[in-house]
Amino acid sequence: MSLPVRDVAGVLADNLRLRGSVLPVSARRATRWARDLSLPRGGETVLYTGMMYQLVPYIERLVALEQRLDGTPLARLSGLARRLNRLISLVPLAARPSRAERAEADRVPAAVARLLRAAGVEFGYLYEDDLYAGALAHDLGADSTVAAHARRVAAIFARYGVREVVTIDPHTTYMLRTVYPRLVSGFDVRVRSYLEVLAERGLPRAAPQAGRVVIHDSCLYARAENVIQAPRDLLAAAGLTVTEPGRTRERTWCCGGPAEALYPDKAAAVAASRVAQLRAVAPDCVTMCPICLVNLRKAANGTLRLRDISEYLREGAAC
Amino acid sequence: MSAGAPNPGTARLVVRPDLAAELHQLGDFDAEACMNCGVCTATCPLGIDVLPRRVLRDAVLGLDDRVRAAGEAVFSCLLCRACEADCPAGVHISEDVRLLRRWLLTEEGSR
Repeated sequence: MSLPVRDVAGVLADNLRLRGSVLPVSARRATRWARDLSLPRGGETVLYTGMMYQLVPYIERLVALEQRLDGTPLARLSGLARRLNRLISLVPLAARPSRAERAEADRVPAAVARLLRAAGVEFGYLYEDDLYAGALAHDLGADSTVAAHARRVAAIFARYGVREVVTIDPHTTYMLRTVYPRLVSGFDVRVRSYLEVLAERGLPRAAPQAGRVVIHDSCLYARAENVIQAPRDLLAAAGLTVTEPGRTRERTWCCGGPAEALYPDKAAAVAASRVAQLRAVAPDCVTMCPICLVNLRKAANGTLRLRDISEYLREGAAC
Repeated sequence: MSAGAPNPGTARLVVRPDLAAELHQLGDFDAEACMNCGVCTATCPLGIDVLPRRVLRDAVLGLDDRVRAAGEAVFSCLLCRACEADCPAGVHISEDVRLLRRWLLTEEGSR
């Protein structure tokens, strides 16, 4: 392992408790994707990003830093870094993604908003109150911190009168739909992935696509949230031929991403295995999770073209 | 508490009878339903030999030294649920692993 688990988990839990996100980034940065969309603030139905796509460039930079520190004397200072991070957020100092990386991360939430509009869905956005849902801290077992954070998010929903949340990634969907009802008494917000909403509503087929893609199911969508058929129906409706890798749907193969923060080498090995499975079927691959996208892309190293499903759908709907 | 004097040539095992009870207090720990068939281990993308069935068995038996020694495997787990897709006993393996992480990060688990 690179850094002590206790310190890494502690920093993430401290950040969630003190700053509302495991990796705090400024509200201006996290909401930048919406600046040209004139989305109304709040409403009964809101698009909730949970900041997952926006955080991915920062996660990647931190993992790269962790790999550079591995085996050096500085790695022994992780306990000190945790104590310091309680006083001042170290993320802006340690992780500085490039403008291009940030712009790419912003493309998905903007594309999803345009798709929902094209499908006639009325929705708002919570801007700086669109908080990270707590997935990584939950995975690491920081349950009391995550429970307090879930109550904070639920209070925000109540303050805005939110009745339905439309999510854009599997981790936020799982947290809000499956975990929050266990943590927050009376949590009765309806939670759906935008893929489910679009599959139900239908999309205008303004610019039918052609081509063959291989689909990579997210573990949580496929095995926890039953979001399996919707992406296939949407891609087919956009004109694409969807092909399946050997392990698919409920038996999809992990991208390795969840191990990246603590064990980057193990994550890379799993990702390489998955890339080989996907590449054997088609040279173009569709993902639907930001963690899958970056982890598989790193492993593919240009040998497999990977794009988020929202980009295919946006092109098909010409929105 | 000791399991008794070890036989010559065997490892000494320290049993902590309340370990499973501590895990139950943390959440819906259901590793007792595991039949140790090994389907989970065969389907694990990481291919770690102790994960998940051996770790779960050790936890149920109260072998806390072994559980703590398997910390890297427990924190490596992807929580991808590939193991759950074919588990004939319907064990909520990823939640059990998550609870083991929580236990390991507490003072109790990291002694």
